[in-house]
Amino acid sequence: MALSGLDIFKLLPKTNCGDCGVPTCMAFAMKLAQKQAELSQCPHASEEATATLGAASEPPIRLVKLGGTDPLEIGNETVMFRHEKTFFNQPGIGVELRTSRDADHILTVIKEIEAYSVERVGEELKADFFLITHDSDKAEDFTNTIELAKTNSSKKLILDCSDPAALRAGLELIKDVRPAILLQNEVVDDDIDLAKAFSASLILTGDSLDALAGQAEKAREAGANDLILRIDTGNLGSELQDNTIMRRSAVHNNYKPFGFPLFTYVNAEDGFDAVARASLLLCKYDSIIVLPSFDKAMLYTLFTLRQNIYTDPQKPIQVDARIYPIGEPTPESPVFVTTNFSLTYFIVSGEIENSGISAHLVVAEAEGQSVLTAWAAGKFVGETVAKFFKDAKVEDEIKTRKVIIPGFVAQIQGDLEDGLPGWEVIVGPQEASDIPSFVKNVELT
Amino acid sequence: MAFEIPKQTNAGKIIEVTIGATGEAGGTRANTVTIGGSTSLPFHFFEGDHPHRPVVAMEVFDKVPPKYPDSLTDRFRDVIETPGDMAKKCVEEFGAELISVSLEGTHPEKGDRTAAEAADTVRAVLESVSVPVIITGHSHFEKINEVMKKVCEAAAGENCLINYVETDNYKTIAAACMAYGHTVVAQSPIDVNLAKQLNILLSDMEFPRERIVMDPLTSTLGYGIEYTYSIMERIRNDGLAGDEMLALPMLVNPGSESMRVKEARAPEKDYPEWGAPDLRGAYWEISTAMSLLAAGADLLVMHHPEALRVVRKSIIEMCESKERV
Ligand code: SF4
Repeated sequence: MALSGLDIFKLLPKTNCGDCGVPTCMAFAMKLAQKQAELSQCPHASEEATATLGAASEPPIRLVKLGGTDPLEIGNETVMFRHEKTFFNQPGIGVELRTSRDADHILTVIKEIEAYSVERVGEELKADFFLITHDSDKAEDFTNTIELAKTNSSKKLILDCSDPAALRAGLELIKDVRPAILLQNEVVDDDIDLAKAFSASLILTGDSLDALAGQAEKAREAGANDLILRIDTGNLGSELQDNTIMRRSAVHNNYKPFGFPLFTYVNAEDGFDAVARASLLLCKYDSIIVLPSFDKAMLYTLFTLRQNIYTDPQKPIQVDARIYPIGEPTPESPVFVTTNFSLTYFIVSGEIENSGISAHLVVAEAEGQSVLTAWAAGKFVGETVAKFFKDAKVEDEIKTRKVIIPGFVAQIQGDLEDGLPGWEVIVGPQEASDIPSFVKNVELT
Repeated sequence: MAFEIPKQTNAGKIIEVTIGATGEAGGTRANTVTIGGSTSLPFHFFEGDHPHRPVVAMEVFDKVPPKYPDSLTDRFRDVIETPGDMAKKCVEEFGAELISVSLEGTHPEKGDRTAAEAADTVRAVLESVSVPVIITGHSHFEKINEVMKKVCEAAAGENCLINYVETDNYKTIAAACMAYGHTVVAQSPIDVNLAKQLNILLSDMEFPRERIVMDPLTSTLGYGIEYTYSIMERIRNDGLAGDEMLALPMLVNPGSESMRVKEARAPEKDYPEWGAPDLRGAYWEISTAMSLLAAGADLLVMHHPEALRVVRKSIIEMCESKERV
């Protein structure tokens, strides 16, 4: 909840002593409200002022970090719907390792997941963490698994271990990596001490909102602030509703016990079921999503959804402006041109591919705007497209001298021909979905 | 402080729309399907009523789409060329609650089947299954108008869901729906105002509001789903807030849209990091469907049997949480 300049002024000493570097308390209050100053610059501020301002500047959902170097940052969200502003911190997606499996199997899985990475729209996508679930009866299986994960991967670690001695021994192995501890039972003082000693986050589990709120209060009072919350009811609909209630309580009512990122363990019948559950909960507020097993298709699907949902709705997403080969084009293949708005690029390249031909798709720099928007803004007109062709050295790579432009910008045909001597400009269809029939009926090269 | 659930009460209610007509109502369906009626955001039983759960349909084709993935062809091999048989399999084996008959093959460049042939296809499906039927067209205005007129007449009284009209082409098809007792899908291109404007145009021709389902235009996972997702959330929020022209149930197409993208088809050797293609195709459709459910979808037209199964199962499970609140 942001405070106004007047609200802040009421909290200041009102002596206008000027020690803060500003002539009056009111002027200083205005600066604070605009975040151009810090309260610590006023040496006379009361404790009450410090506490009130501190609470007001805290985000409604705390930013929690997992991992030492290059940490996974979750939380810090401020809205219920992405269209209100944006969702800021992408949820972590990771895989469970069970300590009852034999060490060779565990090592293979760790190595496979560590090696797994996939690119989409210029982003390198990887699994974020392992959840190590101690379900063997030998404490050394737990520490051995941690050792394997630590030695063979860079993933963040979440530990689930009901044996306190084994847990402590495990934490000793990973002192500087800010792990998270998943608590299945009600939080006790020992858990909090352990979390503090090892700078670990605590994942609190409750089967009802009241129970979870109680646990969060207790942990907060004991000074544990890096919390993650897990509601565990076993029903997808309850989880959706509880997540929504927690998020709303935090964001709208500044209810502190629920001002933390949320966690889910995807307990599914099979891969299809897992994708269904994880997809829904990814949209509706979970920040840590644990998958029961490693499945490339599942990770790729969820990474893509995460990227989509956490895209800033205000900012068009762009692809690199360059020449993209579709199929296996030769220098004589047809040439299409469009803008570097990623959705436009995906749809156009997909439809050219659907048409079954090989071609060059020239994706021109248009600040990530769609064809019509870019044209209206003067970013996708004869002159700019011709310049891009020169900058990208299209003529060096491609022998074809015909280019197909989107039907919506038929107007640029003349200017583009003027700007590209020796080229013929063909007006293509308005809708990308008509590309397959267009290529059948028009001489493209 | 004690925790109190923050509830949001809404002035509006989503209109209830019924698809299909039983014998009493002049049709031949064994049952009808009603969607809508919600007074809060999707699955928010804690602060509103949801008298009807979202439903899943499956699609059959007058002409097999050229890019239909191998994994699906394998599952439907014996029936794929016979829409009536395929529809039966979708209902009896896979649990489809409605059938969508795609008439894409009437498009002049995709088969140019005649209006009379399309009517025969629809009749065959109506005869082989007793669930309500959706009739799905394409974007060639002249041809689809001719086809839909004929098909609406052939299915008179069945209260099919005629899919779709758009701002630039609604009068002919909407008039045929009114004349022969069908419900219509109003499709608009991912834009709240255009969606609203089309509903106003339909109202202006006295098309009853309880016979309109909105299609905000589905974009699939990885290809702009975030646009569809946010437009649907905004439409649903506005509808619940009391904007009557947006308080309508929504239809989405996770099946046909997911099937078209390369993630559903590309062989594993081309993209080893994408995982097995059969799983990937189903996952893509499931993930699209589940996110759009969260955003407010009431009727989902699916293609992959595993996707339909798990999405339907999830909907039913989520509705069980009603008992808990
Ligand atoms: S230092 Fe503090 S008390 Fe002095 S003028 Fe600045 S705000 Fe006011």
